[in-house]
Amino acid sequence: MTEPGSRPKLAPHVRLSFDQTRQRYVLLTPEAVTVLNDTGAAVVNLCDGQRTLAEIVAELEPRYNRVPGEEIERFLNQLAATGRLDLSRG
Amino acid sequence: MDRPFGLLAELTYACPLQCPYCSNPLDLSRYGDELTTAEWLRVLDQARELGVLQLHLSGGEPLQRRDLTEITRHASELGLYTNLITSALGLSSRRAEELRAAGLAHVQISIQADEAALSDRIAGTASFQRKLTAARMVKKLDWPLTLNVVLHRHNVDRIAGILALAEELGADRIELAHTQYYGWARRNRDALLPGRDQLDRAQTVVRAARERLQGRMEIIYVLPDYYSRYPKPCMGGWGRRQLTVVPNGDVLPCPTAHQVPLPRASVREHDLAWIWDQSPVFQAFRGTDWMPDPCRSCDRRELDFGGCRCQAFELTGDAARTDPVCQLSPDHQIVTAAVREANEPAPESDVVLIPRPHPHPRPQPRHPGR
Repeated sequence: MTEPGSRPKLAPHVRLSFDQTRQRYVLLTPEAVTVLNDTGAAVVNLCDGQRTLAEIVAELEPRYNRVPGEEIERFLNQLAATGRLDLSRG
Repeated sequence: MDRPFGLLAELTYACPLQCPYCSNPLDLSRYGDELTTAEWLRVLDQARELGVLQLHLSGGEPLQRRDLTEITRHASELGLYTNLITSALGLSSRRAEELRAAGLAHVQISIQADEAALSDRIAGTASFQRKLTAARMVKKLDWPLTLNVVLHRHNVDRIAGILALAEELGADRIELAHTQYYGWARRNRDALLPGRDQLDRAQTVVRAARERLQGRMEIIYVLPDYYSRYPKPCMGGWGRRQLTVVPNGDVLPCPTAHQVPLPRASVREHDLAWIWDQSPVFQAFRGTDWMPDPCRSCDRRELDFGGCRCQAFELTGDAARTDPVCQLSPDHQIVTAAVREANEPAPESDVVLIPRPHPHPRPQPRHPGR
């Protein structure tokens, strides 16, 4: 589970890429393609293993004022539960 | 229309292993006229344009193609996520480094059991130690590693040992997938189908391992559909998310659709976009209009798409029937009879596994180095 000090980053087998055909960011794994919406893409783009969860939330809240921190947290926990995100503790 | 996400490239049906659960077609000799390097590169260009994002390099054994590195490099340059599905036989350190440099994103290595004698017996050749060596090398090159294990009556009781081995090898993921009964596996079904007691034990082991390894190793466990109440949503729907190109250039909605009597579509005659959008083979079972009852009026028709067309064909002779795995199918007794038989005590000597044979020697690609 995420903690404010978690420094999430994509698991080694996961790639974030921009798909020209669909004009969307996508998460690529061996078995699945996850098409991200703009907010999802913005969150994943900040999951660099350097920023903490608290920093990610602080950075995004002003940009997307309808996306509360707990929603970001839920999204990241979902990615972590399916093995797509590593949540190393800071 | 939806655009496909994934392309399964079955580069060759040549394979050093002879696994009796292989889903390759029975008439392997029909596929000897393999696409050339240039033809594969053109297929990849067309696939990317069509919206494909993942490329699964498989076979047979894809390492038997000398142009694998070139195909991989081209796919990487197009931005495709490249995934090698291999027995690991032929994955020398030189070859691995070449593929790493060519941008190969992910390696999946099959193992047949958790120890040499059984693994080699199932594979039909001494291969277990070489697989372990290759798996360690993959990790040393800092590649993500998935172990693929096809489960059946003869190895499902070894799941705990298989998981321990995966952990020791440092695998990032393990796929424990029960055999799907197509091709050679269909021929060997009665010798492969596990008993219910075996499945119950396996389920317990998997549940405990998932808890213990959470965050360290992802465990994918695919139940045998013969024991399910509803069919699998095969390929996420016919002609909806995936396509397969087989060694001779035929294009199929799934890797086992060879057997379904539908007009062929080949990359040698048409481009992929036409095949995806308009070919009879891709239109045949797309959407829900083709469905008979009980699928047509079923709440689950957009969840499982009527199950698997190939299984319907194999078990009933009609690809347009409901997948007999479904408990609502009028043909469900075919599946329950096989399950009943699998749960009757049978002397071990009755079990005869037919190894998948090696195909006839194939011609080398016409321009190996291109």
